[in-house]
Amino acid sequence: MKKLIIVLLVLFSSHVAASPGGIELQSAKIDLDNKASLQRGAKYFVNYCLSCHSAKQLRYSRMAEDLGISPELVELNLMFTGEKIFDGMTISMRPKDAEKWFGVNPPDLSLIARSRGPDWLYTYLKGFYIDDSRPFGVNNVLFPKVGMPHVLADLQGLQKAVYKDVKLKDGSIRKVIDHLEIAEPGRMNEREFDKAMNDLVNFMAYMGEPAKLERQRLGWKVLLFILLMLGVFHLLKKEYWKDIH
Amino acid sequence: MSGMLKNALGWADARFPLSKVWNEHLAQYYAPKNFNWMYYFGSLAMLVLVNQIITGIFLTIHYKPDALLAFDSVEYIMRDVEWGWLIRYMHSTGASAFFIVVYMHMFRGLVYGSFKKPRELVWVFGMIIYVALMAEAFMGYLLPWGQMSYWGAQVIVSLFGAIPYVGEDLALWLRGDYVISDATLNRFFAFHVIAIPLVLVILVFMHIVALHAVGSNNPEGIEIKKHKDENGIPLDGIPFHPYYSVKDLVGVAVFLFIFALIIFYMPEMGGYFLEHANFVPADPLKTPEHIAPVWYFTPFYAVLRAVPDKFLGVVAMAGAIIVLFLLPWLDRGVNKSIRYRGPVFKAAIIAFCISFVGLGYFGMQPVTAVGTFFSRFFSIIYFAFFLLMPWYSNIGQDKYVPERLDEK
Repeated sequence: MKKLIIVLLVLFSSHVAASPGGIELQSAKIDLDNKASLQRGAKYFVNYCLSCHSAKQLRYSRMAEDLGISPELVELNLMFTGEKIFDGMTISMRPKDAEKWFGVNPPDLSLIARSRGPDWLYTYLKGFYIDDSRPFGVNNVLFPKVGMPHVLADLQGLQKAVYKDVKLKDGSIRKVIDHLEIAEPGRMNEREFDKAMNDLVNFMAYMGEPAKLERQRLGWKVLLFILLMLGVFHLLKKEYWKDIH
Repeated sequence: MSGMLKNALGWADARFPLSKVWNEHLAQYYAPKNFNWMYYFGSLAMLVLVNQIITGIFLTIHYKPDALLAFDSVEYIMRDVEWGWLIRYMHSTGASAFFIVVYMHMFRGLVYGSFKKPRELVWVFGMIIYVALMAEAFMGYLLPWGQMSYWGAQVIVSLFGAIPYVGEDLALWLRGDYVISDATLNRFFAFHVIAIPLVLVILVFMHIVALHAVGSNNPEGIEIKKHKDENGIPLDGIPFHPYYSVKDLVGVAVFLFIFALIIFYMPEMGGYFLEHANFVPADPLKTPEHIAPVWYFTPFYAVLRAVPDKFLGVVAMAGAIIVLFLLPWLDRGVNKSIRYRGPVFKAAIIAFCISFVGLGYFGMQPVTAVGTFFSRFFSIIYFAFFLLMPWYSNIGQDKYVPERLDEK
């Protein structure tokens, strides 16, 4: 029994996502039932991500169905590269070219929310700041020396890093980033941008596992059925065992 | 029974021992009437085995054992195959459930002395099942072809390389290539879907045949066969069917509730059942920051890392499994059940459990000085538990052990 409890404790203890540099992750609000948020997220995704990153595991048709958008609307507003509605979200940039332009091939994002976690993505998307030493003029607090340019700069604007001095153990002083602040404003204010990024991350969470909607809708019915089964089995056992002492 | 059924049964019985097998293993197999909840885990292990085989067949229908296609075919199952996500989660959750159930089953055997004479072979067959299960799980984990699949396999197979003289050739032979590759994926697939499951089923059969020959132990550790009535039926026994078949159904329902809860609401189990890094396709050129095996291997992985020398680490890890086989001969205690054993043995069991879980925890973590210290400390306790058993296991046992269940 003791062992079971310990095993369960270990199993259920929350998984803490480690981030390099020990940056605290900001939490994104994931709500897959919020169709409007998912639809806005889909719009940001195809407009800002999908030219360099693919999401090949997600078919446009599946997205249309799950997000409650008609296939015609998807074809008109969310598909730009001449794919068919049943195709996955692929891109036309060749991996070889991408490597030449960005240093790395931008990863497929179908499952990024499952490998990185929504909070990581949310913090990452908000973590770009001006750094002239980088090829695209920006760096990222969560992903130092990132190869990606700040594609959302026209929405967010550009942030600059505000440093503070930290005394190390050996007495030397090191500058570390304390926080980021807007240096050049974009089309959105901070609240609007946070909300937009939350929508985008919400959509990416959906994209990572479209079946999640279905399994959560089905799960409680299955559990209820098993509970009924348990009741019946318990009575059956009592009936059979009433003569055993 | 209606006449026609009786005739059909008679016809079959004349050609195949149908009634005989039914009676010997179910309707007239007498089990002690005092099984507690710890005795659910045997039948649950069987249930999970059946779950793994059936869901496995359906997965095999859609899965492609090809380094270029494997990862996408799993996502195809998750997205495009009707109920594919459910089948896949039943299989992936089933793998972890299998180990939870088997660890509980082994723990029950340990505390009630179910491995002791005359059940040594039941224990040994069970241990072989456990080793086969580890091989099965290890090879199955490569199939989704994610980063952890790939690098986990790379690390484990390279362990064979630490064996002097033949190691490198052996690792090469296992992989079928110089690195984990398409060739490895194909052969692991073959082992995972046919070779090892076949061995497992045969071993489970032998485990049960051996058990039914000697009879089940129980929480009191008494031998029910010592006291029989005039018909040769153990006085403290009840027929397995219907008594334990209906009782086990209660355990099955409780298990299924927890199992379904995980499948429908937390299939990744916070990264323990499905590791986060395994949602990234395998990339032979990019080593993940932190490679850890799945949780059920981590106690042994911690033992491996506790030893500074790689080869000796492999020896220690293998030793940690081999000592389990020797348990029936290491334990010199006269009494079977923990209920009648001495305080030293009870304390040793607790220390062992803490060290096993502790090793499991530190085996998951990146290497740190603290982690290494505790891994070493727990490894020593782990081995001391077994190797010192001949000396401490008989200390201070109860003098009086009941012969029958109701005398107390």
